[in-house]
Amino acid sequence: MPSSPAPATSHAVLLDDVVKRFGAITAVDHLDLTVPRGSCFGLLGPNGAGKSTTMRLLTGQAIADSGRVEVLGHPLPAASRQARAVSGVVPQEDNLDDELTVAENLTVYTRLQRVPRAERDTAIARGLAIARLTDRADTPTSELSGGMRRRLLIARGLVHGPQLVLLDEPTVGLDPQIRQQLWSTIAEIRASGVTVLMSTHYIEEAERLCDLVAIVHAGRVVATGPPRELIGRWVGRQVLEVAGDPAQLADIEADARAAGLRTRRSGTSIAVLDAEKLDGQPWADGEPRDPTLEDVFVVLTGEELA
Amino acid sequence: MTATTPTMTPPIAQRRFEPGVVAAIVYREWRVFRRVWFSTAFGSIVEPLWFFIGFGFGLGALVSEVAGLSYLEFMATGTIAIGILFSALFPGLINGYARRTERHLYDGILGAPVTVAELVAGEALWNGIRVAVLSVVTLGVAFGFGVSLGPGTVLVPLIAVFTGFGLAATGAAFAAKLRSWHGIDIVIGGIVAPMFVVAGTFFPLDGLPVWARFIGDINPLYHCVELLRGAVFGFPGFGQTMVHLGALAAFNLIAWLAAVRLVRRALID
Repeated sequence: MPSSPAPATSHAVLLDDVVKRFGAITAVDHLDLTVPRGSCFGLLGPNGAGKSTTMRLLTGQAIADSGRVEVLGHPLPAASRQARAVSGVVPQEDNLDDELTVAENLTVYTRLQRVPRAERDTAIARGLAIARLTDRADTPTSELSGGMRRRLLIARGLVHGPQLVLLDEPTVGLDPQIRQQLWSTIAEIRASGVTVLMSTHYIEEAERLCDLVAIVHAGRVVATGPPRELIGRWVGRQVLEVAGDPAQLADIEADARAAGLRTRRSGTSIAVLDAEKLDGQPWADGEPRDPTLEDVFVVLTGEELA
Repeated sequence: MTATTPTMTPPIAQRRFEPGVVAAIVYREWRVFRRVWFSTAFGSIVEPLWFFIGFGFGLGALVSEVAGLSYLEFMATGTIAIGILFSALFPGLINGYARRTERHLYDGILGAPVTVAELVAGEALWNGIRVAVLSVVTLGVAFGFGVSLGPGTVLVPLIAVFTGFGLAATGAAFAAKLRSWHGIDIVIGGIVAPMFVVAGTFFPLDGLPVWARFIGDINPLYHCVELLRGAVFGFPGFGQTMVHLGALAAFNLIAWLAAVRLVRRALID
């Protein structure tokens, strides 16, 4: 039976009221998500929020208990194979084939992805360029550094020219310098027109790379929008960070709330949100700073991200 | 990075079994094998060598003839079968477990448009091909020890592929149920040992108790050994040969279906 082409849709990914349970645990709880084609979309949430399960639902490696899942117009799980043919996956786990060279890792995936024989060499060369490993094509994968391995994983997910790439925590566990390099790679993927859906618990990553962010908490999307818009909507234009001992912080918290402002406890300081609404500077030692998505996350969920 | 080219992957049907994808799995195994061939080749030659020295010379000095064959001829085909058992079932079992739980290779492969049925078939087919080559090496050792090989010997690699496929799938099925490496002991003691012993490899089943002979009758390795002996020294008859072939075909089908079901359950949440 030949496969029928997927209907053209404006969204690359659609999850509608999706539930996924593992025994008594509800990993994805009536989750709604729409990822527009051509966007770089971030799923932002702490470990255990349901991000990886959501990613697995999109590759057919987890089956939803209820709700509707679509990838590039293909309903899942019924047409998961067609969806996987036109999307690429970059897993959180490093699952490169250490017994193969860099080029062989890509070659195997051109075959698994059924890239036509005449186009395989082009695809492999392009993959090596994406990974910036052209001069290491024949190097055993086991000899690559952490950053190189991660770039190769991304290139492997792109080797067949997918329309959508799913990046599950692409920079987790990497040092800051390598993370910056990968951000550059992801930005290039996005600029090339591929839809990017990435899960992350790094605020800076989401703010820098994503056009749209969904804040995920306990298996649900609690807010969606462009990062700046979310920040403006939920925490205003300025945050005042005030340090002090616990008693002082409690007083400041009470005063701020009495003034109709929200606060966020963070270690030995307290952040007063919407600080631009303050009339003057009531707490002289407070440090004004720009609000972040982390402030939004804490306001919406009452929990810290890290 | 240059602008993305259109998706290269041609359309694919959801349920169709794609031989091209199975070939891609086999290709991956071949590329890996190219890096580890020496250890495999070394084991393939040295292991039967010891069997021939130990059983052929040692036991062969005590037993002159078994089932109309010299003991050396009898155990030569048994040695080929044991090579098929160990070299197909253990990779299916050990690789299957490591690739699922520690290396997460299957998660990567199933992110591509690959079904579990194709994944299992590809890996089992590769192990079948590998033991076919191994069977030829063991035949060479047997020839070196003076075993005369009949014209039907050319069928030995085919019998090896046929049996190896099912045994590798059996290994994959058990691998899907393993919770830790310790579980391998259960498979060795509960499955491999009786298959190895009650198969007519180094001694005929005739002298065993009835219940043990029944285990032999349902043991795929017994049917493999009988086919190997038929191929090398002459088949006993069409009907008997068909029984052995049918038993192996049924075993292959059951092992593959069980492996697909269990691996799918282990990999898809």
